[in-house]
Amino acid sequence: MTKTTTSPDEQPCIVARDAAVKHGNRTVWDHGTFEIPTGSVTAIVGTNGAGKTTMLNAELGLIPLSGGSITVLGKPAGEANAQIGYVPQTYTTEIDASLTALQSVLLGLTGNRFGFHPVTKKQQAKALEALDYVGIAKDANLRLSQMSGGMRQRVAIAQALVSEPKLLMLDEPLANLDLQSQHTTVHILAKLNQELHMTIQVVAHDLNMLLPILTGAIYLLDGHPHYACVNEVLDAKLLTHLYGTTVQVVQTPQGDMFVTPESDLHFGTNTGEADTHTVREVTHFHEHNGSHAADKDHADTNNAAAPHTEATTPHCAAPAATTASAAMDACATAQSTHSSASEEQ
Amino acid sequence: MTSAMTYDPDWMTTLNAAFMQNAFLAGLFISLAAGIVGYFTIARKSTFASHALAHIALPGATGAVLLGVPVELGLGVFALGGALVIAALGKKASQREIATGTVLAFATGLGLYFARMSSSASQQLQSILFGSILTITDDQIISFAVFDVLLVILMAFIYRPLLFSSLDEPVARAKGVPTGLLNVLFMAVLAGVITIAVPAVGTLLIFALVITPAASANVLTTSPFAAMVVATAICLFSIWGGLVVATMFPAPPSFVIVTISVVIWGICKVVEKNRN
Repeated sequence: MTKTTTSPDEQPCIVARDAAVKHGNRTVWDHGTFEIPTGSVTAIVGTNGAGKTTMLNAELGLIPLSGGSITVLGKPAGEANAQIGYVPQTYTTEIDASLTALQSVLLGLTGNRFGFHPVTKKQQAKALEALDYVGIAKDANLRLSQMSGGMRQRVAIAQALVSEPKLLMLDEPLANLDLQSQHTTVHILAKLNQELHMTIQVVAHDLNMLLPILTGAIYLLDGHPHYACVNEVLDAKLLTHLYGTTVQVVQTPQGDMFVTPESDLHFGTNTGEADTHTVREVTHFHEHNGSHAADKDHADTNNAAAPHTEATTPHCAAPAATTASAAMDACATAQSTHSSASEEQ
Repeated sequence: MTSAMTYDPDWMTTLNAAFMQNAFLAGLFISLAAGIVGYFTIARKSTFASHALAHIALPGATGAVLLGVPVELGLGVFALGGALVIAALGKKASQREIATGTVLAFATGLGLYFARMSSSASQQLQSILFGSILTITDDQIISFAVFDVLLVILMAFIYRPLLFSSLDEPVARAKGVPTGLLNVLFMAVLAGVITIAVPAVGTLLIFALVITPAASANVLTTSPFAAMVVATAICLFSIWGGLVVATMFPAPPSFVIVTISVVIWGICKVVEKNRN
């Protein structure tokens, strides 16, 4: 570790040290060593079953670690949960019980209090304020069962916000939402990050919508969670391995970046099969130094993806400019930890 | 309510009989318990469990008759045992429902087996399956009242955490609400409600008394508390209305009670459909 923290503000929000989780005898992931900077917007990315939601549960202290440690907001995982807002992916489930948006948000303030406590005017005002922040104050008295998935998700975010958390965790907040609702959600997250300086962590399998606000990502690649800042994650070859299918990073003339599955044109020269490396080969991608020596055996993929990758490089620091330098520092830290970990293997 | 129908002096005499007074009182206590618990049962998606518990309690009831102990004791012990087993099965709905349904089927069979082992249990079987609200005793009324008082005190204490864990289980768990403990507690309360409601409408029809009024109330109200009040009112209207109508036109009270509850639910469903 070359850089030490100078002020409490710069203390990382989440620190994992050799963290590991098991479901029964099966290791979900291990050797999780990373730091998530305070004030960042981080995606947790990986294929289905890679343990993304498990990561959130571990950070919330809801499942025990089988090894190592995770520190959240300066305390062991689970002990600072009062300062964490959590939005699980439950807004898609059917709600039969009568409950208004406002009452749902109020539970975020009063739901963990035993005993007889009538709702105060102040709590009511706070809940309305949270609903106003996500833009649905006018629908405060609407039943959840009458709301669309997008609106219910905003209610869930308001419920997480109302207790004024420092860290907001969302599980697949964009899944099952139409394009407009996805935009709205991303906009709300950006506002929370910039105006309220909330650290945000998002489980996502589609990065595109989040790219403009993303500082970095925890990627669950080969069973070991790592943190990388956004310019390193936006690497076609890394993403290809992450998703197990050929992916390219495209930049439009306007400067927007997209992650897309490779177009059909390339399948003429390609075998069309998903890129399937062994764990040993994949560890080379952890180096993030651009020289993917291990990939000689996948020359077609290389040829197809490389030009795009290079084109994006000069723009790496463009998204989230305000937090970019902090993120770069974090990356330097992550990388040094990282290469030492690789050497051990 | 009864004043509107005082034109028939004969059935007014019946309504004033001691057993009828007990039936009305039992209806009041059952409605309060069912109204409160029904909302949570729906919010927790445990309606099938409530149906199953009544059936799991059946061998307890017939077994109690066989052993010569009070029916409520057998009902309560089996319902509580079943509740704890279902609570232990956790919240994985699909697995839980298969296990619950399997135990339900076995328990119903066992209930029949116990009933056939003695003639007195066999005679009791029909009243346990379909209820006999007209035979509620003074002692039962007292135990219902005690149960309701304890229930209201407990609910006032755990109201918000139980609501949070019922409606947003993962978030509540992350916020430190003891969701596992509340689940066990809730299932135990549900077993208690089933135990006091079975004598009124029986194990087969209990769903219409605990769940159906709460489902109707969910359509008519927007807040959990209002839903519980309205569910209690619908339940009370069904039982009292059922008693009055069944006295005017001789019919099994359980049938009329369930019919009223179901008709109200049907109307609510139409209201909901037109609203959306």
